[in-house]
Amino acid sequence: MAAKATRESFGETILEIAEKNESVVVLDADLSKSTMTQPFMKKYPNRHFEMGIAEQNMIGVAAGLALSGKIPVLTSFACFLIGRVESIRVSAAYNQTNMKLVGTHAGIGIGEDGTSQMGLEDVAAMRALPHMTILQPADHTETQQAVRWMIEHNGPVYLRLTRQKMPDVHAAGYRWQPNKIDILWTPAKPAAKYQATIIASGGPVPHAIEAAKLLEAKGFSVRVANASTLLPFDGETVALLAADSQRIVAVEDHNIHGGLGSAVCEAVAESGLACPVVRIGLRSFGESATPEQLYEKYGLTAPSIAEACLKNLP
Amino acid sequence: MPTTTTAPTNLKSLTKQLRLDIIRMIEAAGNGHPGGSLSIIDILAVLYEKFLKHDPKNPAWEGRDRFILSKGHACPALYAVMAHRGYFAKADLLTLRKLGSPLQGHPDRLRLPGIEFSTGSLGQGLSVGLGMACAAKLDKKEWKTVVVLGDGELQEGQSWEAFMAAPKFKLDNLIAIVDHNNGQIDGPVKEVMDIEPLSDKLRAFNWDVQAIDGHDLDSIQKALSCAWAAKSGRPQVLVAKTVKGKGVSFMEHNIAWHGNAPKKEDADKACMEIEHGR
Repeated sequence: MAAKATRESFGETILEIAEKNESVVVLDADLSKSTMTQPFMKKYPNRHFEMGIAEQNMIGVAAGLALSGKIPVLTSFACFLIGRVESIRVSAAYNQTNMKLVGTHAGIGIGEDGTSQMGLEDVAAMRALPHMTILQPADHTETQQAVRWMIEHNGPVYLRLTRQKMPDVHAAGYRWQPNKIDILWTPAKPAAKYQATIIASGGPVPHAIEAAKLLEAKGFSVRVANASTLLPFDGETVALLAADSQRIVAVEDHNIHGGLGSAVCEAVAESGLACPVVRIGLRSFGESATPEQLYEKYGLTAPSIAEACLKNLP
Repeated sequence: MPTTTTAPTNLKSLTKQLRLDIIRMIEAAGNGHPGGSLSIIDILAVLYEKFLKHDPKNPAWEGRDRFILSKGHACPALYAVMAHRGYFAKADLLTLRKLGSPLQGHPDRLRLPGIEFSTGSLGQGLSVGLGMACAAKLDKKEWKTVVVLGDGELQEGQSWEAFMAAPKFKLDNLIAIVDHNNGQIDGPVKEVMDIEPLSDKLRAFNWDVQAIDGHDLDSIQKALSCAWAAKSGRPQVLVAKTVKGKGVSFMEHNIAWHGNAPKKEDADKACMEIEHGR
């Protein structure tokens, strides 16, 4: 299937779900064209709430709807929605309301609009909240399944989505599971010990696979895992991967503090295994340029990831 | 079986009793917020005795009216009313703020059945009430949503996002009550950050506004009757002029009693004054 932004996959899926599940309502903050909820708005005007550029109020209203039996799905850019973290802390997490926060335009992958529009610290903020679940699917089929699960799941969820198109990284028939890291790619020749295991999430996932393929061509054994649930975090699988890897390389389009890289470090440290972790992600804010230029500059493309897999390897 | 109160209640003597409860529970807790609790107790008494449809034996009854205390720090007043209505034993009031108590320092809906929303972070309650009122409209349900807000709380921008949004959705089933006691921790609201002209602002935001004396039980009842009957398509707000610490001379208008618990001597003095109904 042609590459598709996970925000598009979300927009299509929520429209499908809404037909059968009348409890689903959607709230927007003047970005429905970008978050892909316009088709829902057109088809179900009574169940759509345009809240204007006022995200805090949108979060509170969603809590009230959820406490009255609705399943509110509220969308904006990741940075604007999750930036209202204290409203989310109380109205979503502390009250354990059944709201679904959908943040699109994750990371530097949005490109030219620049730093103020990039969600770069959102995962860190949400990871600190009790009762929260964080999902970051990597392709169309995974997004479809994650969205369906999110609506069935009772409790607050943060779904983080890309603006940029994502190629399919899962084979046909893939069954997504919540709270599970899945192995996306292993070299044709199995290894007793991998030089590295890359654990990626979201936008950089296809680049991680490309990196592993580059390394395989050079005779190295590197495998790629996909972390589509960031909270709760599948530390058990990380420990299994750390046990037969010389290192773990965590790759995310997010600040290295508090996101996937931090979660991987915590899991490896708590496993008691002596396995080094290299974190690839943002160590600063982003800037304006094409998404491709930014991924290259900030080390999220295959050559940089491949280099991190081998650097200083004993 | 849902209950609205039909048994005659002497509201005046009830509010005296509730004031005593507030003083004694905060005294026992050793800390808490007497000033703002005493300023809203007359409003809460009227609401819970005369207006809110609710069922203390079945707090999750679907047809109930929803009540949110957005100024969560005044929860001793809410707890006093709820105990009186039978949500829990009156003796439990003395567990306020103690380890394991359902009576948290600010209301917690997951620990105390009957609390609709856990508040304490100012500025969020009206948005949540708005969401509830939207849900009622969507499902064509008759129940009302009532939100009590502080005046200092209106300095939070989110309150105004909610005031702006409610008329858009034609929520004449949403009733906000501003406890306008003109006191907040750092001083008089006027000095800390003036919110006047409040009634004019709310009118300009397309709400139906009634300005009342928040300690005059008749005036509260009249205003609520009017708000309850609204079919204007516009949300309803009562700006209730109140006195922080109302009913206890040394607490009235004294900001020191915003978040201070009376020691035994002061509590006794306060209770004496309340009983003798100055």
